[in-house]
Amino acid sequence: MPRPAARALRETGFYFGVAFFVILAAFPFYWMVITAFKQNSDLYDVTNIPFWFNEPPTLEHIKYLFEETLFARWLLNSLIIGLCVTAITLVTAVPAGYSLARMTSRKGEALGITIFLTYLVPPTLLFLPLSRIIAELGLQNSMWALVLVYPTFTIPFCSWLLMGFFKALPIEIEEAAIVDGCSLFGAFIKMAIPLSIPAILTVVIFTFTLTLQEFVYALTFVSSSDQKPITLGVTTDLIRGDVFFWGEIMAGALIAAIPVAIAYNLFLDRFIAGITGGAVK
Amino acid sequence: MAAVLTRDIVKKFNEVAAVDGISLRVPDGEFMVLLGPSGCGKTTFLRIICGLEQQTSGDLLIGGNIVNEIPPRARGVAMMFQSYGLYPHYTVRNNIAFPLRTQRVPREEIAKKVEWASQLLGIDHLLDRRPRQLSGGERQRVALARALVREPTALLLDEPLSNLDAKLRTSARQEIRNFQQRVGLTTIYVTHDQVEAMGMGDRIAVIDHGRVRQVGTPPEIYENPADLFVATFVGAPPMNIVSRNGGGYLGFRPENFLPRDMIEDGGATEFSFRVDRSEYLGSERIVYGVMEGFDSKQPITAKLPPAHVAEDSIRPGEWHPFAVKNSALRHFDTSGNRTTSH
Amino acid sequence: MSAIAEPVVKPTSRFHFIFDRRAVLETVLIAPAIIYVLLLVGLPLLLAIYYSLSAYTIYDPTWKFVGLANFKQILQNPTFLDTLRNTFVFTFGSQLLGLVLGKFGAFLLLQPFPGRKIVRALIILPFAVPVALATIAWQWMFDSLYSVINWTMIAAGILTREEAPNWLGNPYLAMLCIIIINAWRFFPFAIVIFLAGITAVPQDVIDAATVDGAGFWRRNYQIILPMILPIMAIGLIFGIVFTFTDLSIVFLLTMGGPGGATSVLGFAGFQTGIVSGDVAHGAAISLFMLPVLLVVVIFMLRFIRRREI
Repeated sequence: MPRPAARALRETGFYFGVAFFVILAAFPFYWMVITAFKQNSDLYDVTNIPFWFNEPPTLEHIKYLFEETLFARWLLNSLIIGLCVTAITLVTAVPAGYSLARMTSRKGEALGITIFLTYLVPPTLLFLPLSRIIAELGLQNSMWALVLVYPTFTIPFCSWLLMGFFKALPIEIEEAAIVDGCSLFGAFIKMAIPLSIPAILTVVIFTFTLTLQEFVYALTFVSSSDQKPITLGVTTDLIRGDVFFWGEIMAGALIAAIPVAIAYNLFLDRFIAGITGGAVK
Repeated sequence: MAAVLTRDIVKKFNEVAAVDGISLRVPDGEFMVLLGPSGCGKTTFLRIICGLEQQTSGDLLIGGNIVNEIPPRARGVAMMFQSYGLYPHYTVRNNIAFPLRTQRVPREEIAKKVEWASQLLGIDHLLDRRPRQLSGGERQRVALARALVREPTALLLDEPLSNLDAKLRTSARQEIRNFQQRVGLTTIYVTHDQVEAMGMGDRIAVIDHGRVRQVGTPPEIYENPADLFVATFVGAPPMNIVSRNGGGYLGFRPENFLPRDMIEDGGATEFSFRVDRSEYLGSERIVYGVMEGFDSKQPITAKLPPAHVAEDSIRPGEWHPFAVKNSALRHFDTSGNRTTSH
Repeated sequence: MSAIAEPVVKPTSRFHFIFDRRAVLETVLIAPAIIYVLLLVGLPLLLAIYYSLSAYTIYDPTWKFVGLANFKQILQNPTFLDTLRNTFVFTFGSQLLGLVLGKFGAFLLLQPFPGRKIVRALIILPFAVPVALATIAWQWMFDSLYSVINWTMIAAGILTREEAPNWLGNPYLAMLCIIIINAWRFFPFAIVIFLAGITAVPQDVIDAATVDGAGFWRRNYQIILPMILPIMAIGLIFGIVFTFTDLSIVFLLTMGGPGGATSVLGFAGFQTGIVSGDVAHGAAISLFMLPVLLVVVIFMLRFIRRREI
C-alpha cells in the first residue's frame, strides 16, 4: 500500500527537480525570445502579464536591427574573424597536437601541460601589453587585431583537444604507411589527418564558437562601431545614451546566440572527451 | 629479396637495454622465426630492422648494404603488423596500391600488380570494400597482399596471427608458409607461440632479455636446447630439469620419460617416480609427480601414450620405475649452458 | 623463377632524410604554435610584469623603473582591498553555488527518463551561449522597472510594488546578482563534467562495490567520488580561473557599482589601465591575479598527478 504512494512521491519530486533545472537554465532564453518579438507597448506596460504576448508578436525589432543599425555588419565581421582565426588555428594546432601526441618522451607530456596552461592565462592580465603591441602593429581599433589575438587562446585549447584525439588514433596505421614508403610527414598528411577529420571538424566548430563568445579583447581593442564583432556590437552599441532598446538588444542577442548554442549541443560530447581525455588517461 | 644481417644490435630505452647485442644472419629466402616471451625485445628488434626504431649501436645490413641511417621508406622492407595496420579510409584496392603509389609507380603497372597480388591471395573479389567490412582472415590476406605487392627486400611479421581465433590460426599458418615458399621471400616472423615457431620456421632464434639464446632449425632447438631457458621455454610441458649430484643439471623431455618396461634395449637411466596427478588429454596422458633423490622446483612431468599405458600402472601416490634413454638425456653446467659431452 | 623483381632503387642523399628524424619533424610541427604563443602570450606576460614596475601611462609612455611603488600605492588604497575581497566572494560564491547545482543536476540527468536528451540540450544553454549576451538578458530580467522576477513575486503576493528590490542598485543584491549569473553560467559545465566522470567509472567497479555490500551513499562517496575527482579538478580549474579573471559580467551588468560593491580585479584593471590610461597601475592590479592562479593551478595539477598513480 505505501510503496506505490512513495514511488509516486519520488517520481513527482524527480520531475519537479528536472523542471526546476530546465526553467533555471532556459528561462533567460525564453525571455530573450519573447522580448525580441513583443511590441514596445506590450513590453513596457507593467500591468500586462509579461510571460506571453498580450498584443500580437512583431518583427519590428529585427527589421530595425538590420535596417537602422550596423547589425548586419557585425555579423559579417564576426564571420570574417571566425574564419580567419579558424584558419590560423588549424594550420598551427593540428601539427602541434599531432606532435604532442606522438612525442614519447617526458618532454612531450610537460610541453602539453604547458600549452594547456597558457590557455588559462586570462585576457584581463594580457590586454594592457597586448594593446601596446597592437598599436605598434598599426592594428588599433580594427577587427584584424582580434584576428591576431584570438589564436592566443584557440591554439592552446585546440592543440590540447587534438592531442587527445591523435593519441587515440592507433599508431600502427601510421607505422604501416611509413614502412610502405611514406616519410614521417607523409604519414601525418596521408593517414593522421584524414583519419581525424571528425576531430578537426570539432575543432573548427569550437574555434568558431570561442571567437563568438570572446568579449574582453573585443571590448579593449575595438571601439569603432563598424569594426565590432557581433557580441560586442549587440551589448554596447544598441544602447543610446542611457536608453536601452530591449526589443532590439534581445533580438540581436538571440540571433547571435542560436548558432553557438546549436553547435555546442551537437559537439559537446567530443569537446568534453577532448578536455578530460588528455588529462585523465 | 635480400639477406638480412645484424651485427651486435643494441637498443636502449632510458639506459635499459631492450635489445642487448643481437647478431643474426637471415639468408636470402629463409623463413626465420624470432621466438621469445613477451617483453624479450623481439618486437623492438623487428622494428629496428624495418626502421621504425633506431638502434643505439650496431649495424644492420639488408642485401649487403648498411642501412643504419636509411629511413624505413627507403629500406624496401614490408611489415605486417599485429592488428595489420590497414588504412581504414582506403578501399582494399587502394590499401594494396599504397606502397606502389609512394614509389611513384606508373598507374597501369599499379593496376597490374594489385591484380596479381590480390589473385595470389584470393581477395580479388574484395577490392572495393573497406577494411572494416572484412573478416579477420580477409584482413590478414589484404595485409599480406599489401606487404607483397611492392616486391619487398624482406617481409617482417609481428605476431600476425594473434588476432585470429584458434581455428583460423591453423589455416592462416599454412597459408603464410605456403605463400612464403612459393615466392621465396626472406621472412622474419615474430611470435611468442612455440607452435607457430616450430611449425613455420626454417630456423628459429630464441630470444630472452634482448639476447639470442639459440639459433637453429626446429628439431635442433627442441632436441638440443642450448641452455636451460631454451629447454624450458620450448615444449609443452617443458623439459624436466633436475639438479645433478656434483653440480649442473640434467634435462629430459616428458615424452622420453617412460615406464621402465616400455624401453626395450639397454642404455637407459632408471628413476623412481611417484605419481601425484594425471591428466587425460585424449592423444596423450600427462602425469605429474616427483622423482626420488632429486630436487626440482617444478613437478616432473611425463607424457605417455594412453594406448600403451594401462591405467593402473600409474596409480597416484605410488612409486613406479621409470626410465629415460641415455641418448635422450641432456646435461647442463652450473650456469645453465648445455655441455656437449656427457 | 619467382614473380618478384628487383626492388626499386631510390636516391639516398643525407639531406633527403632530415624530416625522417622523428625529433626534427616533431619540433618543426610544434614550432608555429609555440612561437605564436610565446610572442602573444609569453612576451605580453613579461611586459605586464614590467609595466607594473614602471611609471608607464598612455600619456607618458616612459619605461622608467619605479620598483614596487605601484603595488605599495594600490595596497594602501582601501577601494582596492574591497575589489580584492569582492573578487574572492564572487569567485568562490559562484563556484560553490555552481558545483551544488551541478551535482544535483547531474544526479537527475543520470536517470533515464523520456525527453532526457532535450532536457540536457536545454540545460547546456547557459554555458553554450556567449556570456556577454546572456548577461544582457539577465540585466533585462533585473531591470529596475520591468524586472520579470519582481513582477512574478508581486503577482504571487510575496512582495508589494513598494517593497520590490532594485536588484542592481543595492550593493549586496548586486553582488548576489553577479554570483547568480556566473553560477548559472557554470553549472551546466559542472553537470557535464560530473556526467563525463561518472560514466567513465567502469560498471564492474560499481557492481563489485554493490556485491561487497556498499550502499548508495558509500558507493557514491567512497567509490565514485574519488574516481571522478581528477575530472572534477579539471572542471574546477576552468571555473575558478575564468571567474577570478572575469570582466564581462561586471562590465555589462553593474560597471562595478553601486559604489564599487561589485568591482573585481579584471574590471578594476580595465578601468585603471585602459579607460584612465594609467597602464602601470592597471598592470599592477591585474597582476594580483597571477599568484592566485598559480596556486590554484599548481594545487590542481599536483592533485591530478597524485590520483593518476
